[in-house]
Order: sequence, then structure tokens, then C-alpha cells
Amino acid sequence: MTAPAQPIARSKERSRFWRAPMLQSLPLRLSVIVICFLWTLPTVGLLVSSFRNPQLITQTGWWVAVLHPFEQGQWTLQNYQQVLAANGMGEAFLNSLIVTIPATVIPITIAAFAAYAFAWIPFRGRGILFTIVVALLVVPLQMALIPILKLYSGLSLYGTFIGVWLAHTAFGLPLAIFLLYNFMSQLPRDLFESAAIDGASAFQTFIRIVLPLSIPALGAFAIFQFLWVWNDLLVALVFLGPGADVRVMPTALFNLLGAYGGAWHLLTAGAFLTMIVPLIVFLALQRAFVRGILAGSVKS
Amino acid sequence: MAVDRAQESGSYGSSRAVLVGSLIGVVLAALGVRILIEQHGGQNLLASIYDLIGNSAGAEALRNGQGDQFFAKLLLAAIALLVGVGGIWLLFTGVSALVERLPPRYRDSILPWVFVTPALALLTIYLVYPAVVTVIGSFQDKNGAFTLDNWASLATPPFLEILRNNLLWLVVATSGSVGVGLLAAALFDRIRRESLAKVFVFLPLAISLIGATVIWKFVYAWAPPSQPQYGLLNAIWTGFGGQPIPWVTQFPINLPAEMIILIWLQTGFAMVVFSAAIKGVSAEVQEAARLDGASDRQIFFKVIVPLIRGSIVTVTTTIAIATLKIFDIVMSISGGRNHDDVVAVRMFAEMFQFFNDGRAAALATVLFIAVLPVMILNLRNFRRQAAM
Repeated sequence: MTAPAQPIARSKERSRFWRAPMLQSLPLRLSVIVICFLWTLPTVGLLVSSFRNPQLITQTGWWVAVLHPFEQGQWTLQNYQQVLAANGMGEAFLNSLIVTIPATVIPITIAAFAAYAFAWIPFRGRGILFTIVVALLVVPLQMALIPILKLYSGLSLYGTFIGVWLAHTAFGLPLAIFLLYNFMSQLPRDLFESAAIDGASAFQTFIRIVLPLSIPALGAFAIFQFLWVWNDLLVALVFLGPGADVRVMPTALFNLLGAYGGAWHLLTAGAFLTMIVPLIVFLALQRAFVRGILAGSVKS
Repeated sequence: MAVDRAQESGSYGSSRAVLVGSLIGVVLAALGVRILIEQHGGQNLLASIYDLIGNSAGAEALRNGQGDQFFAKLLLAAIALLVGVGGIWLLFTGVSALVERLPPRYRDSILPWVFVTPALALLTIYLVYPAVVTVIGSFQDKNGAFTLDNWASLATPPFLEILRNNLLWLVVATSGSVGVGLLAAALFDRIRRESLAKVFVFLPLAISLIGATVIWKFVYAWAPPSQPQYGLLNAIWTGFGGQPIPWVTQFPINLPAEMIILIWLQTGFAMVVFSAAIKGVSAEVQEAARLDGASDRQIFFKVIVPLIRGSIVTVTTTIAIATLKIFDIVMSISGGRNHDDVVAVRMFAEMFQFFNDGRAAALATVLFIAVLPVMILNLRNFRRQAAM
């Protein structure tokens, strides 16, 4: 008789042990606040400074501006105007979109088809090929830079959007195939049997059943890949180069750092511009992102 | 029977439509690729359109690199998205439709290859083949003759310094991220507004390494002692009476200053995984330990940490691989000029500054060798998982 009551008592016990007594403890609260504060402060400093009058940024600390927000001549938007137009951040923003969206969609598509075949269609060599994919998960992309660059200059793919899409696609593929395989192989077998009985071809089964059911995994990887490509500097520097008509935001910010290392009004505004899109994506799709992290790290 | 046949012919008809549609699409995509590969493809296309509609002045301006550059860019962006996103789908649907028209015997053995070949081809071209070429290249001199010089040069002082720095990154930055992540997960698990607190620590994960570098370079900013310190850290430091320190340019303080940037970014990742793992530890276990008289600290280190060991291992290896390949932070702070050089930055310099591909290949191979244990671990785990 007492058995069914126990889990309830236990769960109460847990909440009392983990939460109630600790909540009262001042050191705990303080350390949580300190951590959150430390993790936010640097970004706040950047954001505040990016809206400050260029002359003032290096004369007083940004915290002074926060304490005296209504002083005349404190705030301006000209940093953003300047960095967008004169320093090419506006064009870099468009270039980043041109690079990132296909470099997210292409690997997901290719990986989804491959993961489906690996998980559900028997074919010769399936096991060994998938083992190779798992082995490729951790190969550093540095291994690819020299040979691919040589290949690209021969095919005149250097400095083209297509070249960088394909590079990002290939570098993202092992993780994409692995994550999607893990997800798709968990789908119930009955689904595939009844689809086969209904006369659906493998392609139709994929489009009508597997793809819609895999949306959580596809979404999680999409966020990963989007953030990775948008934030990437190395692949962009090596395969796209610094030319203004193709350079992406990280490259533009990198050039800004080199050319105007002390021009904080440009650097702060430029850095914040590179961060806007990932922050929006991240805050809007946080749950899917966390799910992706857990799926990717717990299983590998 | 009749119903079956009707369905069959229905799907047959639609598959023919799909086939024709996809083939037209592939031709269009090929044209788009042509525009994308061409230098100034967007401008040239828009100029041709202007010519068509009789706006020859606009076309002339575009060809001279002036005029409606922004519209040319937008046009290129639209084509890029259509080609990149649409092209890949057309390719798969078109080829699948083609294969599905074959007799079942061939169809069933060919179709899986239609699905996996694009992935396998890309992996072969972009990872397997280059890896082999890079390893071989590390044993070749500029003329392609066999040599051990590239590897021997890694034993000279400047390169030993680089390897030392990578080792420091590996140990300090990894354990820092994992340690702080574990601490944050343990602390946040006990407060009421847990998810809110987590967002603060988690948010930097969305920021690029170079964006984070700018953020922190501003925190570390240095001004001569006679002038006001606008960098947060030096303002605090001089507030306590110290002399301003050039945190990012002075060796050896620049090493920890750079590592803190990565720790700041990666802690959120570690925290999220650990926090999920801690929630998976059963309440009974904790309660039992508590009844045995264990303190909170003991419960955490002797009960919870061993139980979430799997998560700790995966997070540690993931962050360790990131620290081995560290590039953006060092590259954008100093380019590795202040005794803070690392393998990936030096490799970039060997490629584009010294044009010494052999040594660059040796440096890449060093990174590859460093991740080999993780690769073996992954393969072993995967085989165990597959066997179950």
C-alpha cells in the first residue's frame, strides 16, 4: 500500500533538497548573479559604445555613458552609417546571406537523402561506408585547405559563392549525416512496411514520411550549420578571399581590425552588425538549438 | 485491381511531369551557375537586362563598375538562392524520377546509390582525397621530391613554441570551459529562474569567434597611463592603483587573455549538456547519499560527477578539438606575433605569406594526428552502439 505513495514523497524530497534550502543561501544567489553579470558585461560594453560619439569612446569608459545617458552629444548612429556604407559592411551582409543560406540548405538536403539510405535501404557496402562517415566526423578541415585551394584555382572556383557553398557543404556533411542517421534510424519500422505495401517508392517514402517526421532533427542541424557558416572566418578567408564583391561579414570585420585597429567606433558597430542575425536566430530557435546540442554531443 | 492500376498510372503520369520539370530546372540551374562563377556576373546580367529594355546608359554605368550596383547584388543574391537551394532539390527529384522509370530489378539496386552518391562524392573530394594529399605533401619539398625537412623544422624553437601554445590552449582553455560549465550547471540547477540565468551564459555561443574577439579586445583595451582607461579591465586595475597592462600584446599575459575569450564562448555549451545530464541523475541516489551524511559538495563530486562522466567526456573532447584548431582569436588579435602563435594560424601564414605548402601540410597533419585518438574513440563507440 505504501509503494505507490513513495514516488510522490520522493519527488517532494527532491524539490526540497535541491531548491528550497539552497534558495535561501546568499552565496549561491550571489555567485549566480556574478556569473550572469560577467557573461553579459563585455557584450553590453560593446553595444553601448557602438552608439556613442566616436570622440567620446576613447575619452571615457562606456560605463560613464550609462551613468550620464542624457549628456548632449553622447549618442549617435553615424558609426553604423559609416561602417555599413564606407567600410562595406552592407555589401558584406548581403554576401553573408548569399553564402549562408545555400550552405545550410544544400548539406541538409544531401545529408537527409544519404542518412535515409544508410538507415533504411539495404545496399552493398552500407556498413563500411557509414563507418567512414563516422571516422570523418573529427578530421580537421585544415587537412583540406591546400589541395582544395589548388583544385579551385584550376577550376576557377576560387572567390566564387559556389566554391564556398560546396566547401561548407562537405565540411558540414559528416555531422549532418551522423545526426540525421541517429534520428531516422529511430523511426518505427512499421511506417516503412505500410508505405511499401501502399506501393510508395523509396523516393516517395522519403518525401512524404521520413522528411516531415525528421523536422526536429533537420531544424536542429540547420541552426548549427547556419551559425557555423555565418560565423566562419577561416573557410571564407581561404576560399572567398578579401575581395569586396564576395567578402562576408567576418572577413569584413577582420579587415576592419587590421586596417583600423584602434577605430573603436567602427569596430564596435561592425562587430554588433555581425552578431545581429545569429542572435535573432539563436533567441528565436533556442529550444531546437539545445535539442541539437544534446543529440549531437550525448550520442557521439 | 482497377484501383491499383489507376493509382499506378496516376503516379506514372506525375513522375513524368516531375521528370520534365526537373530537367528544365537543371538546365536553368546550370545557367545560374554560369552567372555565379563569372566575375561580376550580377552586374553583367543586370546590364544585359538594361540593354534589353533600352536603358543603355544604365547598362554602361554598370559595366564600368558604377550605377545600380546594389540591384545587381540583389539580383545575384536571388539567383544564388534559387540555384543553391532549388538546384539541389531538382537534382535529387530529377534523378530519382529517372531511376524510378527503370524496371524494379535495376531500380531497387540503383536508387540507394542515387541517395548516397552526392554525399560520398563530396566527402571524397573535400575530405578523403585532400587528407591523403596533405599527408603526402608534408613529406615533399617545393619540387615534389621526398624530404623530411618540413617535419624536422617543426622541432626548431619557433615551432616548439607554437606546439607549446597549442598544448596550453588544449589543457587550460578546455578545462576552463568544462570546469566553469560544470560549476554553472550545478549552481543554476538550484535556483528558481534557472532558464533565464542560463540564457546569459548561453548567449555568447551564437557570437562568432571574431565578434567575441572584438568584444574582449575592447574589455582589454589599453591607454597610456596619463590618459583615461576606457577598457573595462584596465579601468578596474588602475582603480586599484596598478599600472595599465597591455593584456593582449604582452607575453605571457596575452595567452590567458586570449583563452578567456574561448572559455567565455564555450562555457554555455558545456553548461547546457551538463545541466541536462544532472537532471537525469535520479533523486533517490542523491537522497541516499544525503542520508549517509554526505554534504552538498560531497554529493556533487562523489555522486553526481561520476554519474555524468559520459557527458563530461563528450563535452571535453568536443571543446578539446575546438581548442586544437583555434584560429580566429589568435589570428585577429595579433596574427601570432607576440609569442602566442598556434598551429592553425601558422599554417595560414605558411600558405599565404611564406608560400611553403610542405610545411603548411606538416602543420595540418599535426592537427590530424592530435585528433586521431578521438576518431578511434568515436569508431569504437559507434561499433558498440551498432552491435547492440
